[in-house]
Amino acid sequence: MIFTSDSSNVSIPTNNEEYSGFYLLNEGNMGMNRASIDMFTYDTGVYTRDIFSERNPNITKELGDVGNDIKIYGSKVYATINVSNFVEVFDVATGKHIKQIHVPNCRYLNFKDGKAYVSSYSGKVEINPNAEIGFVAEIDTLSLEVTRKVVVGYQPEEMVIKDHKLYVANSGGYRVPNYDTTVSVVDLNTFEEIKKIDVGINLHRMQIDRNGDIYVSSRGDYYDVEPNLYVIDSATDQVVKKLDIPVSNMTIDDNKLYYYATSYKHNTGNNTISYGILDTDTKQVITDNIIKDGTDKQILIPYGIAVNPETKEIFMTDAQDYVGTGFVYCYSPEGQLKWKTTGGNIPAHFAFIKK
Amino acid sequence: MKLKFCLLSIAFLWVGKVTLFAQTQKDSITTLNEIVIQKEVFKDLIPVQTLSGEALERLNSHSVADALRYFSGVKIKDYGGMGGLKTIDVRNMGTHHVGVFYNGIQIGNAQNGIVDLGKFSLDNVEAIKLYNGQRSTIFQSAKEYASASTVYIQTKKPVFTEGKDVNLSAKYKAGSIQLTNPSIRTEYKINDNVSTTISAEYMHSNGRYKFRQKRHNLNGTVAYDTVGHRLNSDIDAYRIENSWYGKDDKNTWSANLYYYQSDRGLPEAVIKKSDVTLETENINERQIDKNFMGQAEWTRYVSDRYQFLLKAKFAYDLMNYTSRKTVDFQGEEVTYNPQFDNTFYQQDWYISAAHLYKISPIWEVSLSTDLQYNKLNATRKGQGTLFSYPERYTFMTAFATSVDLGKVKAQGNILGTFTNEKVRHNFKAPNRSVWAPSLFVSYKPWNEHNLNIHAFYKYIFRLPTFNDLYYTQLGTSNLRPEISRQFNLGINYNKALNHSFVKEFRVSVESYYANITDKIIASPTSSMMRWMMTNLGKVENYGIESAVGTTLNILPDLDLGINLTYEYTSSKDKSLTLYGKPSYYGDQIPYAPWHSGSSIVELNYKDWGLNYSFIYVGKRYNGNKNNIKRNEIQPWYTHDISLQKSFKWKDYKFKAIVEANNLANQYYEVVTNFPMPGRNFRFTLSIDL
Repeated sequence: MIFTSDSSNVSIPTNNEEYSGFYLLNEGNMGMNRASIDMFTYDTGVYTRDIFSERNPNITKELGDVGNDIKIYGSKVYATINVSNFVEVFDVATGKHIKQIHVPNCRYLNFKDGKAYVSSYSGKVEINPNAEIGFVAEIDTLSLEVTRKVVVGYQPEEMVIKDHKLYVANSGGYRVPNYDTTVSVVDLNTFEEIKKIDVGINLHRMQIDRNGDIYVSSRGDYYDVEPNLYVIDSATDQVVKKLDIPVSNMTIDDNKLYYYATSYKHNTGNNTISYGILDTDTKQVITDNIIKDGTDKQILIPYGIAVNPETKEIFMTDAQDYVGTGFVYCYSPEGQLKWKTTGGNIPAHFAFIKK
Repeated sequence: MKLKFCLLSIAFLWVGKVTLFAQTQKDSITTLNEIVIQKEVFKDLIPVQTLSGEALERLNSHSVADALRYFSGVKIKDYGGMGGLKTIDVRNMGTHHVGVFYNGIQIGNAQNGIVDLGKFSLDNVEAIKLYNGQRSTIFQSAKEYASASTVYIQTKKPVFTEGKDVNLSAKYKAGSIQLTNPSIRTEYKINDNVSTTISAEYMHSNGRYKFRQKRHNLNGTVAYDTVGHRLNSDIDAYRIENSWYGKDDKNTWSANLYYYQSDRGLPEAVIKKSDVTLETENINERQIDKNFMGQAEWTRYVSDRYQFLLKAKFAYDLMNYTSRKTVDFQGEEVTYNPQFDNTFYQQDWYISAAHLYKISPIWEVSLSTDLQYNKLNATRKGQGTLFSYPERYTFMTAFATSVDLGKVKAQGNILGTFTNEKVRHNFKAPNRSVWAPSLFVSYKPWNEHNLNIHAFYKYIFRLPTFNDLYYTQLGTSNLRPEISRQFNLGINYNKALNHSFVKEFRVSVESYYANITDKIIASPTSSMMRWMMTNLGKVENYGIESAVGTTLNILPDLDLGINLTYEYTSSKDKSLTLYGKPSYYGDQIPYAPWHSGSSIVELNYKDWGLNYSFIYVGKRYNGNKNNIKRNEIQPWYTHDISLQKSFKWKDYKFKAIVEANNLANQYYEVVTNFPMPGRNFRFTLSIDL
């Protein structure tokens, strides 16, 4: 039998001006072929799990193995399915499959001027294991074909775009302990790497604020080097600040950067979890707790984080232990729990649906 | 203890060739004709499940793992194909709680604690036995007390007919999935007291078989239906073994040299892949194994009151793992996975001494002490992290006693384990010292009826493996040992009838409660070499295992043997995380079915033998743990059939076997995304000179 969706009424129906709801990508544990997509709709207040499998029953093996990112551009949703080596493109309104774009070991997405950019861990074969350098591929959003490719650093992760420059955080995650430390700057006109900015080890997340400041997170090495957050000025392409905040994941809305950190220490096996909001204008931490009603205690491993630009609701996901079924939390802008529901396996990435 | 010629078991073999769940008070490993291997008579307080001799041969089984599926309480995790990993789990306590003994000495794997039973072909195997708890004798090494369940693999011992000093036999097996499997065995009688055997085997399979992925829409129409081919599961394996056996009136000894080498593809999880990947990928994920074991044991009967047993072993294992998967992207060959070229070298040194002293005819005591040294070295290309190079010294001592009051028999022991670890790099695990007791009791109310009631309690633990502790990205050296407690209560009855129709009849029921605390779970990710560590915390199991069997004499030359097992298990995950209850708290643990069973039916007519076997594994949930529809795995069942015929030409004895496996051609998975072969066939021809 095909995998069918199931729904929960999670909130009272509301009618928003700009956003009708969101898609949520559940990553799914590696080897389980368990990536799945859920959907929330404001005007019904209904949260529906595993909508992609049901809307596309004829696709063999459903969505695939390990979802890594989901974003909406125009009328299409793009989702990178990491281990399955492709970007899934489907229709925002119907959830129906449009195209599968082959990009091996694809990681994150970003968009600019009708083009999608996908970072990838894949690299040209080298003699030494894990000496391969990753790339960013450009996909035309009309033809849905890969148009160009640029080699960047080792195991590139998230990207931001400022004018004609694309910044990508290189992690070097396959090269433990010889992590990459750089952000590659790619000129989108020539599609060539024009610069490498040395930032810190094992870079991952990237956000850009309204002033053009770029925030890059470093995962640290899980031993001695703590996770950290750096600021790059996109005008000068220089690291201008090291904020000494541990960041595992973050999102920016207006002048607020919402973040959390799960800091894993290999020698003790301990995870410490922290949350916070940073003012991007002053670079000062406004608060060190996002969730004010104590429900953060229920979240075993915070994973996805997103803020609805219209309602300012804060969304968090709980990945549990990455194996069991996770949860999705919706908080009011003041940090009070509005609703909570079960997601799929490792609920992680949000894409808000514009009306 | 007196040596005893086990002539009785001739009758046993003849009566019930399948001695599954055999309630053998006597060990029935051996015997054909008049020559005989001497075995002490075990005082088995709890029943042992045995598959041996002909029964083993005609079961549609290729490896030890295949045969173990017929034992109740056993679940085999099978990743499919000829080269796929096959591990055993008994009563859902986990692979690490099963001790596997090869000719009486444990097969170790200090690296990951997992014995791949698919590596052990049945070619040279005489008997396989499974004991819940432990073998209930007190004259054994300390190691034999140290697992929650124990599997014994006994290789064939030489048997010579009158006037013959040399036996030679050869076997050729061929089958589906391009299986080629020739083997040869010779036995030499050096003198009346000493004999030796050499056994060698080669196995090849290209591992390529069809599997089917199919789903239906809610209205019953087909949503998709595709046929795939299992790739990268080829294998080439060689085995050569030399064994020596000796005995006189005071001593028995044996020595084994074993070498196994294999080169195999590691089949990955069947997941969705982009079309271009399917067309252009080049999977190169392989494992090479080289295993050497040298072991010996010597039992000396010093007096009627005292005897001792010495065992020693050295094992050296080399394992090379390479992984590089590439695919085309925009006209260029690119890699798409983390890459490995790792070689691991393990050493296992072991020595054991056990003493048995008979205080009175009804009371015996024993003391066993074992010393073991394990070392793991590695070379890992392109990896900059420091390998730990762990070493472990383990000292074990067991004190045991048994009393035999006629109707009531009891055994008790306490096992002390002391470890000392060393590492060259990274964090060292703390030294451990743990005491673990167990107690076995059996009661036979009537002398004239073979009815036994038995019970045991066993507390045991397993140490974290080197991978658990030191695997660079996953291991954590502060892991605690994993503890199991097992209570068992059972009853068994068997009767040999002189009745012309029903020759014999057996029934047994076992019930148990077992809990595992501080459980360390390692499950493979998309690559079998990358183990995902989860500390489950706690699992509570209870279950019932039942078995019935009979042999019917339908016509003068026509015997029908029937064996049925059914098992119910409940295995609840009661673990907590540091932050609270996970969403799957209280759910049945992954891959543990509530209902399972098997049947073996055999028909013997003169030189002909027909065997039908059936295995059923009910609904269960996959590694995503939550007992929700999305994680459900369909029940699977296989029908296997084999036909064999023996014939003689001059002095040569021939035997031909035809096997058809998975007759219904069911496409099933034991482990999610690791499809098993559909219908397949094997042919075997063997010659005895």
